[in-house]
Amino acid sequence: MSTTVDTTIDTPLLPAGTWTVDPVHSQVAFAIAYHVGTFRGSFAPVAARLEVGADGEAKLSGSASVSGVKVQDENLAAHLQAPDFFDAERTPEIAFASTAIRPSGDELEIAGELTIKGTTLPVTATGRVGEQRTYMDRPYFGLELRAAIDRTAFGLLWNNPLPNGEPALADEVSITAELFLTRA
Amino acid sequence: MRILAIAGSLRRESHNRRLLLAAAELLPPGADFELFADLKAVPPYDEDDDLVPAPAAVARLRTAIAGADALLVATPEYNSSIPGQLKNALDWASRPLATSVLRNKPVAVIGASTGAFGAVWSQAELRKVLAAAGARVLDVELAVGHAAERFDELGRLADESLREQLQETIDALLAATQPRAIAVAA
Repeated sequence: MSTTVDTTIDTPLLPAGTWTVDPVHSQVAFAIAYHVGTFRGSFAPVAARLEVGADGEAKLSGSASVSGVKVQDENLAAHLQAPDFFDAERTPEIAFASTAIRPSGDELEIAGELTIKGTTLPVTATGRVGEQRTYMDRPYFGLELRAAIDRTAFGLLWNNPLPNGEPALADEVSITAELFLTRA
Repeated sequence: MRILAIAGSLRRESHNRRLLLAAAELLPPGADFELFADLKAVPPYDEDDDLVPAPAAVARLRTAIAGADALLVATPEYNSSIPGQLKNALDWASRPLATSVLRNKPVAVIGASTGAFGAVWSQAELRKVLAAAGARVLDVELAVGHAAERFDELGRLADESLREQLQETIDALLAATQPRAIAVAA
């Protein structure tokens, strides 16, 4: 039996080159069930870098500012930055670094490590690659990532019980990253 | 290093004030200790009065918190919760919520009561209130039950185990004031 393992990562969906993010047209957003509704917000600014080799091997890394969290109420934004949640004073960013990127049907499966509040855990995101265009000889394209995480695993434990004993805020958070990538 | 101490009860012979003074004796050299003396003068919170300049006692409270590296709050327990005047003072201190002097402030909560349980329910409620205000609330608890029998004639905690717990609480509070670098993966 052969012990050779083929580690070539084939990602034909991603164009070769080094790509950096346009922060104005990119965002990292979250959505979490709250009572009967959904609490949404986003982190800004976003930094990201995608490197795709000629062999298709790809690596994505990025970060987003917790200090720049945006929600629809300034007091809730302040609460999110407090030690109760992200502790922006001590951990001002969340960060992601891919460990493996591979095709999954028409989309990508992006395995990596997500760091929130000083805790790094593996996470797998689904990626959708947009159409590539070119302006003034500079190619650009969109990449959208989706992942679901358990916030309590990262130490974001705040909750408030409702009168029926159910927690007001869900543990599962969906995260989306919409990246506008331009060839560096 | 400056520690601001707030006792949740107002009476002259307050066990919680004695507990804070006992804590002051355990501070290392170079750490300043201030016992906030104006809690009774803080008016009832009224948004109509929450103006610039703030009422004098409120301004003193906010200035004292802003100038402190950490807070040590000792609370009794009234009807399973914190005394109204302590909650009222924290409500004033927490405004405006997004930029208040309590935001990111390291706080340790301790408590004394004449009952057996040492204000543990009140301490839990106080930690919740302070966290909601954005403070850096330490995950510690010091419950001094049967408080009337716990202090010697010099005001120290007579019980060795309680004294050690108080020392650990103070050490944790001092440590929380130090910047702590957390690596963020790139």
